[in-house]
Amino acid sequence: MSEVVDSHGHDDHDHGPDKGLARWLFTTNHKDIGTLYLWFSFAMFLIGGVLALGIRAELFEPGRQFFEPEFFNQLTTNHGLIMVFGAIMPAFVGLANWLVPMMIGAPDMALPRMNNLSFWILPFAFGMIISTLFMEGGGPNFGWTFYAPLSTTYAPPSTTYFIFAVHMMGASSIMGSINIIATILNMRAPGMTLMQMPLFVWTWLITAYLLLAVMPVLAGVVTMMLFDIHFGTSFFNAAGGGDPVMFQHIFWFFGHPEVYIMILPAFGVVSQIIPTFARKPLFGYDSMVYAVASIAFLSFIVWAHHMFTVGLPLAGQLFFMYATMLIAIPTGVKVFNWTATMWKGAMTFETPMLFAIAFVILFTIGGFSGLMLAITPADYQYQETYFVVAHFHYVLVPGAAFSIIAAVYYWLPKWCGRMYDERLGKLHFWLSFIAVNVTFFPQHFSGLAGMPRRIPDYAVQFADFNMMSSIGAFAFGLSQVLFLYIVVQAIRAGKPAPARAWEGAHGLEWTLPSPLPYHTFTHPPKVTAAEMHS
Amino acid sequence: MANAKADPSIYYVPHNGWYPVMVALGSGLMLSGFGHYLNTVKATGDGSFVQFYMGLAILAVVLFFWFSKVIQENFEGLANAQLKKSYVWGMGWFIFSEVMFFAAFFGALFYVRAFVVPWLGGEGDKAVSHLLWPEFSPEWPVMQNPDNQLFQGPAESMAAPSLSQWGTYLPFWNTVILLTSSVTVHFAHTAIKNKNRGGIIAWLGLTVALGVLFLVLQAEEYIHAYNELGLTLSSGIYGSTFFILTGFHGFHVTMGTFILLVQLLRAFKGHFQPDDCFGFEAASWYWHFVDVVWVCLFIFVYVF
Repeated sequence: MSEVVDSHGHDDHDHGPDKGLARWLFTTNHKDIGTLYLWFSFAMFLIGGVLALGIRAELFEPGRQFFEPEFFNQLTTNHGLIMVFGAIMPAFVGLANWLVPMMIGAPDMALPRMNNLSFWILPFAFGMIISTLFMEGGGPNFGWTFYAPLSTTYAPPSTTYFIFAVHMMGASSIMGSINIIATILNMRAPGMTLMQMPLFVWTWLITAYLLLAVMPVLAGVVTMMLFDIHFGTSFFNAAGGGDPVMFQHIFWFFGHPEVYIMILPAFGVVSQIIPTFARKPLFGYDSMVYAVASIAFLSFIVWAHHMFTVGLPLAGQLFFMYATMLIAIPTGVKVFNWTATMWKGAMTFETPMLFAIAFVILFTIGGFSGLMLAITPADYQYQETYFVVAHFHYVLVPGAAFSIIAAVYYWLPKWCGRMYDERLGKLHFWLSFIAVNVTFFPQHFSGLAGMPRRIPDYAVQFADFNMMSSIGAFAFGLSQVLFLYIVVQAIRAGKPAPARAWEGAHGLEWTLPSPLPYHTFTHPPKVTAAEMHS
Repeated sequence: MANAKADPSIYYVPHNGWYPVMVALGSGLMLSGFGHYLNTVKATGDGSFVQFYMGLAILAVVLFFWFSKVIQENFEGLANAQLKKSYVWGMGWFIFSEVMFFAAFFGALFYVRAFVVPWLGGEGDKAVSHLLWPEFSPEWPVMQNPDNQLFQGPAESMAAPSLSQWGTYLPFWNTVILLTSSVTVHFAHTAIKNKNRGGIIAWLGLTVALGVLFLVLQAEEYIHAYNELGLTLSSGIYGSTFFILTGFHGFHVTMGTFILLVQLLRAFKGHFQPDDCFGFEAASWYWHFVDVVWVCLFIFVYVF
């Protein structure tokens, strides 16, 4: 193992991790930073989840229950912001930190100090976001899309902090992306071609480019908000020759690629897991890479499908409708390939595989409702209803979040050298799977029947569907406490896992010993076609 | 970790350091301090910059130590060729992200000129706002805003005069200055390649001087706009786009000049070798980028 674990030629001070808090504050180690990202995102997942449960408690029955409508707006806004920027995105960056260097045979991320900085910006940014909830005038209350003029002329004073928090998390994402690109392009083990890289690495490479292209645009749009609020400009005010619709264009130019930033790494995770448990190489590797690249490209030319009802010219509506529908083609290629990978495979159904299969099915449902929303005239009906809520929660919860959970189950034995409890894992899966559908499936119906989103009260005919949703939401939230227990139990007292924790697993990370040494691949490994499953 | 000093095939992974977390702390303090200042100014008319300066001070000190450390590690031979390639990738894609930052503001400018102003003037079958402000006539630069009480339009714009008068047109001279500085910074690079220390210092010094001259003239232009043209941030969409584009560009010139100044100080210390001058090269790429942004600004903000 001398190739992979360097046990000689140490600098005196480089033996292993520091003790105590200093290790986590000052670390430059990709594994430590990956762990920080993952725990941070889990904490945000719980905070964002509590806000969601506040929403579902209020909507359990028609009529006002617990919260003032003003506070309800803050709940929906901060739930969205925290889940998107605090839970899903950092979780994927955490996975990238843990996995990319090991998958390509690199000693660490390309720029380890900047890697630490990318993480430690986040607690300050989210400290600022969360503190706004306790400020005079309340926190952001304009929805996670913060449309002007709600977020400018009519915004609470705390919006200023919200703007700077967005700047900070944008800086974090940009530095993280630069690091990932430099790592992948510069630090692959000799002999590993781009078209041999594991799909998770490919999807993150493309995601990093999306982040680099759109996070600065988000910074630009919040900067214009800041100027409208404090410096008298009129970017989003028609009285001064500006236009609130321009806000929506710039926001969604960021926002639509952002949606794919949250799903492409999920595609990568699922493309790693399904071949392992089907015991077959991934079907159509090349087409998977091209499909991800096509989806990324298309994500830049579909943004106005979020704005069909604001009064776009007809030509614009047609263009954005057809461009949006085009995305179904590469996405269909991916779903087909996952299914074909399982076809006639020697399948077993361990917890990561269950989550991965649920991902394929439920993400496809979310994709289909997305196609419905793409049809401009139909969207006139769906816009601002719970149908939209159902759609994006299907792609984000049983989509992105399930893939993150699957990844944790799949790679946890590698990360900590210990196995989780398979029976509890399966229980967690079935609870989550049922609860997520009970929560979000009825929202299709209430949405199609016309229930508006972002409203603390509703007409009585929506009562049954909402009660179901609320029960499902609380069940889903509680099952994630079980997840926490399973992970902690595995880390503390799980059975030791072998180096190749899964019989069918391929890839360089599985050639490393379990538990992992603090530094791996100080010398690059040999890359064989068999190990890369190519 | 193996010893990167002894073995250049080993990619140097630095051990734990306090710089990054302190940069995060400094920027957190700085930005929340700035937010606090803005909000108190808006509420009470007066605010304090103390927290902002505290954050800025932490940031400045830590970045100084961080960069010094990286330079020192390079002298110790820790940075192998592969690590330097990571720096190149890093700087390149950072500049790309800066391009996209400016793209947001240019996008706003183009959208306003192509769609918003004509629609406000009644063009197109959906332009109902014309009913609200029937007096508004669409033109660029917008001199009379739809609601000219709320947003007082400028008396004069910055638009370029006819070619014969460019001799007295300040933005034209700023263009000349920045384009020249791109050439001088390139000559400094050539001087490094030729191991001509005097040449490095002269050309780099000239570049920094041109950067400062640009900033002085830009400040002069802003004073002129505010005091004599009535062109301010709050004079409607023309002032908004004009100042945010030129302002952020000016901010980047300030950063670029400072970065080049640091390289000049390093040149005095004899830091650069023909095959080992990444700090200088990164600074010069940044400078060329800032120059290209200005050319786009000059064309789309001033001339057309």
